[in-house]
Amino acid sequence: MNFRPEELLADQIAQLIGGVRHVAVGNASPIPATAALLARERGNGRPYVSLLGSPKNTFWTDGARELFDCAGQGRIDVFFLSGGQIDGHGNINLVEIGEHAHPKVRFPGSFGSAYLYYVVPKVILFRTEHSRRTLVPRVDYISAPGANEPNVFRTGGPVALITNRCLFSFSNGRFMLQSVHPGHTVEEVIEHTGFDFDRPAHVPETPPPSAETLKLMRETVAPQLAELYPQFAAQVFGVGVPPA
Amino acid sequence: MSQIAKSLDEALDVIADGCMLVVPREVSGVPMDATRALIRRGIRRLHLVALPTSSLQADLLIGAGCVETLETSAVSLGEYGPAPRFTAAILAGSIKMKDATCPALHAALQAAEKGVPFMPLRGLIGSDVLKYRDDWKVIDSPFGDNDPIVLLPAIRPDVALFHAAMADVFGNIWIGRQRELATMAHAAEKTVVTVDRIHPGNLLDNPTFAAGTLPGFYVDRIALTERGAWPLPLPDYYAADAAHLAEYARMAATEEGFGEYLEKYVYEKQAA
Repeated sequence: MNFRPEELLADQIAQLIGGVRHVAVGNASPIPATAALLARERGNGRPYVSLLGSPKNTFWTDGARELFDCAGQGRIDVFFLSGGQIDGHGNINLVEIGEHAHPKVRFPGSFGSAYLYYVVPKVILFRTEHSRRTLVPRVDYISAPGANEPNVFRTGGPVALITNRCLFSFSNGRFMLQSVHPGHTVEEVIEHTGFDFDRPAHVPETPPPSAETLKLMRETVAPQLAELYPQFAAQVFGVGVPPA
Repeated sequence: MSQIAKSLDEALDVIADGCMLVVPREVSGVPMDATRALIRRGIRRLHLVALPTSSLQADLLIGAGCVETLETSAVSLGEYGPAPRFTAAILAGSIKMKDATCPALHAALQAAEKGVPFMPLRGLIGSDVLKYRDDWKVIDSPFGDNDPIVLLPAIRPDVALFHAAMADVFGNIWIGRQRELATMAHAAEKTVVTVDRIHPGNLLDNPTFAAGTLPGFYVDRIALTERGAWPLPLPDYYAADAAHLAEYARMAATEEGFGEYLEKYVYEKQAA
């Protein structure tokens, strides 16, 4: 394998992004940020990419609310969410584990998920720990639901879940195994997934990034990434100097 | 009469025990010198609204026992890990948590800014964020046909508190692109601002500055605290102190270590 797992994931996410106008990336999301910048390089400057926390990669001038207003206007096409728990219905939990009155574990909180999940057409879920602890039958707390009753206004929601082991697509309220990353197996995915999912008779291997993609990521994307994610850019791409 | 106070403590005296205090997110100009001063004063029972998230500031205030109710969308130290005192307080049940989602807080402050009682917001329906908020309501949109939508009551804080790069002697504050700071000031009954420096002249006389200026009309108190956001960043001026935040994460991991942190960086600063 002449590429890093992060490069495989970023390449896959860039393909999921597709030909859209605007991709926004939330905090603490270096792999989606790599993918968004890669998509922008491939598209000669489109899509627009907004990386939260990066003054160089956000055009917003209306304060912290503009991201959400922009999404409400239908002007954000792709966003990324994760979760302490994600279940087979596409529900995500960013709040707690255990009983609400006496939680055993507390996560930071729901951030913008209880809104963005509804109004961004393509939400790509990512979780680099693929285990029965994280991918569960039913989340303990729904920060944002994977689906709603038909009368609830909803122009967006989950389209995929990418993990360190595989890629799932999401439609009609269920995950479907699309491909298994090199070095991993379908049996292993079943063993480490806490929810039921669909799969074709033959599950393909996730294709490795091409030499051209790797060159673009390492030479052009990585230096841009270093502004916001210096540690990640240094560890994965060897760009810049890692902070002490 | 100038809003510029003789001391930080004098500027902060409008922030009373039990008040509703709104503060900005971790990267928008967090008044950390003021936060340390409030802890030294021993402020209690705050209803803290962090717009829409917080990091070190909420964690410090919670750890020091200043917070009764916390209303926000998330508290964490970002790449330095979970916010340890926030997490411990939630698990111990020692603060009342009103979990929100970012745009709900922005919208509720905007309702107060406009002087209207509530604001509608998409999303939320079917989430536990909504389920546990008995102060939020779902109505059938009067303009739709079977279109449920959430209404959020206006948030009218007693005081808005933030840090900015500069003020002038007329009380005008330069906030740049951090427009949520203006929303906070419009929504709150009183506004207290700490600044790195005083700008000579009138910010509103210069059209380049004016567009990013909160008029002194909305500002009650100003205190000069150089690098007053430290160790958090001030956008366009200085970055976060990464080494210090890592040290905080390490020390605050235990109750005892947090106590040592307060001694070293909050109480000692007063003597220095």
